Amino acid sequence: MQRRIGQSIKLILLILGAFLMMFPFIWMLATSLKTLPEATAIPPIMFPETPQFGNYLEALQVAPFGLYLRNSILVAGIATLLTLALTVLAAYAFTIYEFRGKTVMFFLCLATMMIPSELLIIQNFITISKLHWVNTFQGIIIPTLASGFYIYMMREYFMQIPSVLYKAAKVDGCGDFRYLMRIMLPMNKNAIATIGILTFISQWNSFIWPLMVAKDDSHRVMAIGLLHFRDAVSSQVNLQMAGATIVILPMLIFYLVFRKQIIEGVSRGGIKG
Amino acid sequence: MELRLKNLVKDFTGTRAVDTGELTILDGKLTGLLGPSGCGKSTLLYLISGLQKPTSGRIYFGDRDVTDLPPEKREIGLVFQNYALYPHMTVAQNIAFPLVNRKVKKAEIRERTAKMASLVQIEELLNRKPNQLSGGQQQRVAIARALVKRPEILLLDEPLSNLDARLRLEMREEIRRIQTETGVTTVFVTHDQEEAMSITDEIILMKKGVVQQQCGPQQMYLDPVNQFVASFLGSPPIDYFRFPLRDGRLWITEGYSLPMDVRHEGGILTGIRPEAWGRGDALQVQIQTVEHRGKDTLITFGLAGTRARALLDITDTVRPGETIGVTLRPQFLYLFDAESGVRIRQEEEQ
Ligand SMILES: Nc1ncnc2c1ncn2[C@@H]1O[C@H](COP(=O)(O)OP(=O)(O)OP(=O)(O)O)[C@@H](O)[C@H]1O
Ligand SMILES: [Mg+2]
Repeated sequence: MQRRIGQSIKLILLILGAFLMMFPFIWMLATSLKTLPEATAIPPIMFPETPQFGNYLEALQVAPFGLYLRNSILVAGIATLLTLALTVLAAYAFTIYEFRGKTVMFFLCLATMMIPSELLIIQNFITISKLHWVNTFQGIIIPTLASGFYIYMMREYFMQIPSVLYKAAKVDGCGDFRYLMRIMLPMNKNAIATIGILTFISQWNSFIWPLMVAKDDSHRVMAIGLLHFRDAVSSQVNLQMAGATIVILPMLIFYLVFRKQIIEGVSRGGIKG
Repeated sequence: MELRLKNLVKDFTGTRAVDTGELTILDGKLTGLLGPSGCGKSTLLYLISGLQKPTSGRIYFGDRDVTDLPPEKREIGLVFQNYALYPHMTVAQNIAFPLVNRKVKKAEIRERTAKMASLVQIEELLNRKPNQLSGGQQQRVAIARALVKRPEILLLDEPLSNLDARLRLEMREEIRRIQTETGVTTVFVTHDQEEAMSITDEIILMKKGVVQQQCGPQQMYLDPVNQFVASFLGSPPIDYFRFPLRDGRLWITEGYSLPMDVRHEGGILTGIRPEAWGRGDALQVQIQTVEHRGKDTLITFGLAGTRARALLDITDTVRPGETIGVTLRPQFLYLFDAESGVRIRQEEEQ
């Protein structure tokens, strides 16, 4: 009996917590379907009388969300692929090769984790200005690719593969690159998926850097687009919320699809934002 | 393919792991590389396979100097102690991997994989992953993978030491069978003297990187060149005594001596194998302990201030404390220089 009560209390607390977390989203969704008077009514109204789907059409006309979506997918996708390539190759080199300055280089890699990213932004901006990369995709993508933390994490996984497999592969006529592709990657595909997903999320959510680099709509990603959209529709809260919903939708779908891997990844490596 | 090593040396910082001198490994035979842990067996195998570079010296496969060739150009198969199978591949993919790397045609890969699987008798396991196999089965897969590229030389690094005692006996017979069937020149590393004695054509016994003796197992057992070789082979091991040598005779006790035609300056150590003793009336000894070992009985008794071990027939019922008569078969008795351990031979032997 007592256990039943304990279970019930736990369940109620969890439902309460979930509701608190979800309420802003529900409010956003509800408001995006209201008329302007409903959205600004005092006291507030929870649900609209008739859902105003036209808000979405209007929002899509005010700002090129399709273009923002394409840019977001482009930036996050390419950045993720390049980050993975860089991480895997660096970690692989740190695992199987002996070379001069290896230890020093690895510590430098780790040391990058100790610099707050805010500190780097100014310097990076100066660098890409000199390269004339302002308002380009490479300006948005390239400075974000290297991650000391992921290199460290990937190397930890690679080092758990017994070195005797490398010897066996050598004798079997398998070169270093082939060994990476045929043995190391398949054996660590979970870790790689984790890093890929975490990178994609943090790229999708990144704000300050793309805000600084992108100067026109053709280079704006969704989060930045939303900012401009908000200014454009000024006080029309219902339209603002419709825009916000459009921006959040792809990430929501992404979360739903990769739910399992994300939870695994978070408990394994921790999200680094 | 005959394998010749010319003064092959491998130094690690501070230690000389291997120093072979001139060494020839017989074509088409099974050679055991035997020695205590840390004596450089694995290192020598890695040198032969090309996974490590020698500090100096040359390696020849037949007339071909392979010293500077990378492992994949040497036509060798290598089997590791812990199998080293690729865990994410099936048995078939593991066996086929060396061929895939060589871009052999698909049909030929399938055919050669099937042939290997039948040679090591794992046809019904081809679609399993390594973690679904027993240790013995994994070892069979590893051997198949090593042989599928038709190597000139097969190298096995302690292939049985991760198996339990029964499997070990079974697998060593299997290795012998596979070697005989394929006729591939094979080097088999082990630190287990019984393993080496039972299946090899020839044994190379190493100590601290240096070859002590190279010959057939029977000869190595019967005719050791030094104290280290004599001690390493035999179970129960050989016992040593400081018997005095006087008037051309070796005096086991005051009343019992054997003729011994040696001239030697300095101390002499006499080694006697437990099977040298038999029932007889040369010597009366008092039994200290009795241990029944299945096929024979091991007894101990005091002799010349130390303890001697002797093997008696299993049907011979003896008890601790009992006094029995024994005698020595002199061919199991060896003399060594007490300082260097070098074998001292009788005059007519030399
Ligand atoms: N990479 C290395 N660096 C330094 N010393 C090494 C290295 N590899 C081996 N050694 C040393 O060389 C000697 C021979 O080692 P090796 O592994 O060949 O012995 P082994 O006969 O195979 O022993 P075991 O029966 O335990 O496998 C040892 O003293 C070992 O410590
Ligand atoms: Mg070894």
